Amino acid sequence: MTTPASSITATKAESRPPAYPFSAIVGQEDLRLALMLAAVDPRIGGVLAYGDRGTGKSTAVRALADLLPKIRAVVDCAYQCDPDDHAHLCSGCRAALAEHGRLKSRLVSVPVVDLPLGATEDRVVGALDLERALAGGEKVFEPGLLARANRGFLYIDEVNLLEDHLVDLLLDVAASGENVVEREGLSVRHRAAFVLVGSGNPEEGELRPQLLDRFGLCVDVTTPTDIAARVDVVRRRDDYDRQPQAFAARWRRKQSGERKRILAARQLLDQVEVGDDSLTRAAELCVALGTDGLRGELTLTRAGRALAALEGDRRVTDAHLRRVAEPALAHRLRRDPLDDSRAGARVKRALGELFDA
Amino acid sequence: MTETGAASAWSDAVLAAALLALDPHGLGGAVVSGFAGPVRDRWLREFERLCVHAGPAGGPRPGARFLPHMDDAALLGGLDLAATLADGVPRVRRGLLADCNHGCLLVPMAERLSGLQAAAIAAALDEGECNLQRDGLSRQWPARLGVVLLNESVDADDACPGSLRERCAFHLDLTAIGLRDLSASAYGPDAVRRARARLSRVAVPEALPQALCGSAVEAGIDSLRAPILALRVARAAAALLGESAVGTAQAKLAVRLVFGPRAIAVTPRDLDQPEAPAPDSAQDQAPHDTPPEPPAPRAEAEPNAEVNDANVNDANVNDADELTEILVEAVFGAPRLSLGAATRLPVGLRRQGPAGRTGPVRSSGLRGRPQGARRGVPGSATRLDLLATLRAAAPWQTLRVRDDAGDDRDRRAVAVRRDDLHVRRFKQRAATLTIFVVDASGSAALQRLGEAKGAVELLLADCYVRRDSVALIAFRGQGADLLLPPTRSLVRARRCLAHLKGGGATPLTAGLDAAADLAALSLRRGLVPTLVVLTDGRGNLTRAGVADRRAAEQESLAVARRLQALQVATLLVDTSPRGQAFARQLAGAADALYVPLPHADARRLSNTVRGLSGARTGHAA
Repeated sequence: MTTPASSITATKAESRPPAYPFSAIVGQEDLRLALMLAAVDPRIGGVLAYGDRGTGKSTAVRALADLLPKIRAVVDCAYQCDPDDHAHLCSGCRAALAEHGRLKSRLVSVPVVDLPLGATEDRVVGALDLERALAGGEKVFEPGLLARANRGFLYIDEVNLLEDHLVDLLLDVAASGENVVEREGLSVRHRAAFVLVGSGNPEEGELRPQLLDRFGLCVDVTTPTDIAARVDVVRRRDDYDRQPQAFAARWRRKQSGERKRILAARQLLDQVEVGDDSLTRAAELCVALGTDGLRGELTLTRAGRALAALEGDRRVTDAHLRRVAEPALAHRLRRDPLDDSRAGARVKRALGELFDA
Repeated sequence: MTETGAASAWSDAVLAAALLALDPHGLGGAVVSGFAGPVRDRWLREFERLCVHAGPAGGPRPGARFLPHMDDAALLGGLDLAATLADGVPRVRRGLLADCNHGCLLVPMAERLSGLQAAAIAAALDEGECNLQRDGLSRQWPARLGVVLLNESVDADDACPGSLRERCAFHLDLTAIGLRDLSASAYGPDAVRRARARLSRVAVPEALPQALCGSAVEAGIDSLRAPILALRVARAAAALLGESAVGTAQAKLAVRLVFGPRAIAVTPRDLDQPEAPAPDSAQDQAPHDTPPEPPAPRAEAEPNAEVNDANVNDANVNDADELTEILVEAVFGAPRLSLGAATRLPVGLRRQGPAGRTGPVRSSGLRGRPQGARRGVPGSATRLDLLATLRAAAPWQTLRVRDDAGDDRDRRAVAVRRDDLHVRRFKQRAATLTIFVVDASGSAALQRLGEAKGAVELLLADCYVRRDSVALIAFRGQGADLLLPPTRSLVRARRCLAHLKGGGATPLTAGLDAAADLAALSLRRGLVPTLVVLTDGRGNLTRAGVADRRAAEQESLAVARRLQALQVATLLVDTSPRGQAFARQLAGAADALYVPLPHADARRLSNTVRGLSGARTGHAA
């Protein structure tokens, strides 16, 4: 059962089928939109999909990887450094740049890294390379999951079950965009700017408020109630199960259409204007709802801008804000245990009072 | 009718075993409920006999078991320290998930699985891959496996994790099956092997997905995993029979096995109509008469022809509405897995407030259950885990010995650094469970319940910080009900508390009994229970259900003394207008804090409880 480490990788030859295509997901408009927005503007701050079992939360998130347009990254860099962003290069790339005057780069897929619940701290933040320490007695830093997720997405399924010490660690890195490792006389500091994506079932326990706040958008996921949609889900799943390759191929065109939309939106994003009236609206809404801190307002306007970009508009309007208000704000409301209505309903009510007046 | 309900439940169970052996990863697995005994052993033997491995060379490790007390490394894999040190290269040990690729992992005592363990298994079921990120190792192994969860829980609150139940196609209940009901499986390993080769070529009629979705909705099943699993079961059953397409019989079998135990609605809307009984009872017979497990379409055609006006043949497989109707009947009318009609309702209700332990039990760890070690310096709440520390230090010895070579004074057998220190956390702080016992009888019931409900939600609102969980027992009419099993989830509490009813007699004793039982249970689990009793103290119903105030009071006092013996912190809130002498007496017997609060309001209540449990566990909120 025990095998040399090197031969383990060979067993990966039993290749995984392609992920379920993002475009083939039935319903789940809110979750799909939230993920698209996060792909357009990573600064929105991540997506949390909260919902009952069997609603297809993780399917949607896992489908995201294939949808994302490729990015340009420095060749052989463990942190996927952006060759054009000289301010944020890792130490290795900086040295290479100083030496050669330029960096070799190529297009790579955006990393979507899974953080399994059983992960240990050393693998998350990175640690000494075990193999080289054993074989050559060398001290080499082996980057962890946070490094792999740099410039990409970090996905945690069942995020509410994540152990406290890992949550603490993530909170810090997610806020600063930088990972600091001090170990075995090794001091490494590298960029770890990622979009945090989580999914969970609220019935398994509540999420820590600090972590909840880190997520820009929070989406309630439910199963479609419409029979036709449900039938579509079952049918497509069955098609996919039987012939994953052929199924993915059938959706390739639609998939690339969505990809182009994201690319176009990214280009447009900086030109989208957020007028004073929209800013006022966002502020009014946050005051009316009593959300804590400025993060709500910030996320709301950013998400509104990303949505405008996605729809090809050059100006954020009330319609954009309305569409993103619930995912941007519902999880930031102070909980009122005696108010039975769900947070989403409260946001809707406030929207109605404010925008329809 | 020669075959009893139990015997047909057995043949269903054996058929499920064959289907699971055929497509373990597709069907997810089976939850097998029932205590250890000859019936369960026989089922396992049948199952293992049919488990012919599906993968290429190698195949799953036969008889692999994961016991809930094993550590994460056993499940996920990790560094094989002994081999690593011996060879001087990192040696990786695969975990059970990867070992069981293309096979099934057996999990005895599944009700004891922690949330994290369940999540790790669920991830493998979803992804077909075991993702190891531990001990400085990063590996992905294929893990296309199914699980067999042996569930020995006695009640719903203690059942095996919901996340796994949900992913398992089969929920088999063997409790009511006796030895005389056992029969051999109609299929052997060869049949399973042949069926597996056919599986992907089995066609699915156009109307089947729609009929499955429709009947799932009729049965009150919200999750879409159920129809997806049912479709796979139907296809596997067709493959097992050698059919080239799924027929009505296989579809019926699939809904019976998959939807039956999940159904919430007691009767489908259509069956409320007067003509329902006839097809219902006839339907009951049909699967009994034919050998239930291989409902060979030809044999099945005759009895069904009578039932459904000769339109059950493969022709109507293409009419979605008709098929839906047939399937709905199969969910409700077919033999239930040895459960009588009376027990169906609780099963459904159990599902509404999902089973599974939440909150403290999972995250704070129980006494005697390994919590796993993590890196950290021992402190007040933590203890050094020597073994883990040495394990962490071991691989780096070569490196350190070389580093320290110049420094002869400092040569030690093992060089341990601060970074190696691992701690084992038992519990950072005792988790508390606040049990509300609410008198839901009489006229003031509604108001009292309302206030208790408010207090529960207030307590839960900041429970994450305090690691509290809350339970609610209400007594009224003939007895006491655990309305809200211990939970930390506000969402769940709200769902459970949404439909509280009041009125009737006052079985105070029953309420206190239930509370004492729950308190004792939570003490065993290492929680610190706090009891909050809201009553006007006028119990008038004995345990036997006789309306005798004096006898009832004596019984209540006896339970109160039991609470005192358990040393459970108790708060007795007297809600009667002027305060009751007996309530005071009761509080005395239980060593409880007596608070006359004629107009108990949620906020004051929760503040009082907070003070009480804070004092008790030695930490202020």
